[in-house]
Amino acid sequence: MERIPILKLGPFLLVTIQIDLYDRLALNLENDLITMVSKTSAKGVLIDISAVNIVDSFMGRILGNIASMSRIMDAETVVVGMQPAVAITLVELGLTLQGVHTALNVEKGMELLQKMIDLQYGSLDEDEEEEPDDRTD
Amino acid sequence: MDLTTHLLQKHKKRILEIWMQNQLADAMLRDDLMSNDELRKQSEELLDALARAVASGNFDNIYSSEYEAITEILSDISITRARQGFSPRETSMYVLSLKQAISTVYEEELSSSPADLYREISNINKILDNLSIITFETYIKGREEVILRQTDEINEISTPVIRVWEGILALPIIGTLDSARTQIVMENLLQEIVNTGSSIAILDISGVPAVDSLVAQHLIKTVSATRLMGAECIISGIRAEIAQTIVHLGIDLSNIKTKASLAHALQLAFSMRNVEVRKTNRTPTAGLGR
Repeated sequence: MERIPILKLGPFLLVTIQIDLYDRLALNLENDLITMVSKTSAKGVLIDISAVNIVDSFMGRILGNIASMSRIMDAETVVVGMQPAVAITLVELGLTLQGVHTALNVEKGMELLQKMIDLQYGSLDEDEEEEPDDRTD
Repeated sequence: MDLTTHLLQKHKKRILEIWMQNQLADAMLRDDLMSNDELRKQSEELLDALARAVASGNFDNIYSSEYEAITEILSDISITRARQGFSPRETSMYVLSLKQAISTVYEEELSSSPADLYREISNINKILDNLSIITFETYIKGREEVILRQTDEINEISTPVIRVWEGILALPIIGTLDSARTQIVMENLLQEIVNTGSSIAILDISGVPAVDSLVAQHLIKTVSATRLMGAECIISGIRAEIAQTIVHLGIDLSNIKTKASLAHALQLAFSMRNVEVRKTNRTPTAGLGR
C-alpha cells in the first residue's frame, strides 16, 4: 500500500505530499502522522502541499483533524505551499482551516514553527503561540 | 430559370449602380470609416451571393443552406461595422437601400405586367427584410462583444497588484466588488504572493463606493484564501460610512486586521515585518533637500 513518508527533522515532523491524495491515502496519513507525533513526541508538524493540485472538502477536513489532534498532543501544525487555485477552492467550499497555521513555503514554515516553540518554552505562556502574525522572516 | 433569378442576374450591374448611388446619396454615409472602392467591392460580393441564393427558388427560409453564403457575408460586414463604430441606422440602411435599388429596376422592367411586378417585389422584400434582421442581430452581437471585451479589460486593469515593499503587496480596489471582480482580485493576489514570496497583502478599498454584506463576504473570502496561502491580509481605506454600514449589517470583521488608511496599514505591515522607516539628517551637499 502507498504511504506518504514522514520525516523527522529535529523536534519537527516534515511531510511533503507529492501526489494528489485520495481519501484512503489521506486517512492513512492522518493515522501515521499522529502515531509518529506520539512516538517521537514532536513539537511541530509541517505539511507541504505545494505539489497538490486538488483539495476537496474531505482533504480539508483531514488537515483540520491533523491540526486538532496534534494540538492535543502538544504539537503545532503548519501547512505550507498551498497553490492559489487550491486556496480559492477551499474558501469557496467554506473551509478556512481554522486552527491550522499556514506559511508560504517550507522555509518560512520552519521559521514559524521554530518561533512558536521558542515562545512556548521561552515564556511558558501557552496562549501566545496562537498568534502567528508577528513572525519574522 | 425563374423570373426573379433571371432579373437579378440580368440587371446585376444596374442594381449595383443604383444601390451604390443610393448609398452614396445618403447624407449620413461615413466615408471616413470606409472608402468607396471598398464599399463597392463589398456590395458586389453581397449581390452575387444574393443572386446565387435566389436561384434556388427558396424565398421563405432564410436559414436554409442556400443562404449560408449570404448570411455569412452579411454577418461579417455587420460585425465589422459594429466594431468600426457605424451607427445601427447606417448598418441597417446598407441592406434596406439594396431593396430600394432592386425595386427600382423591377419597376422599369416589369411595368407592363403589374401582377409579376407585385409578386417579384414581395419575394425580394421577404428576403431582404429577413436579411436586414440578420444584419441587425449580428450588429448587436458585435457591439455586445465589444462591451464584454471592454468589461474584461476594465476588470483586468482596475485591479493591479503593487509591490510596495520587500514582502509587502498592495491591492487598490476601484469600483464595485462583485463576484467576478473578486475572483480576478483573488487570483491575481494569490498568484502574486506566490511569485514574490510576499507575506503581507494590503487590500485597499478606498475606491469601493459601497460595501454591502455581499462585498464584505467577498472580502472575507479573499482574506481567508490569503491566509490559507500563508500570508497576512490587512484591509485598509475603510471610510466612515463604510464602517457604519458594516456595523449596521452586523458583519464580523473582528478577526481581520483593518485600518482606516493605506498609510496606517503600511505602518502596521512594516512593524509586522520588523522594518523601521525614519527620517535621516542629510548633509547639505546632498542637494535635493528642501
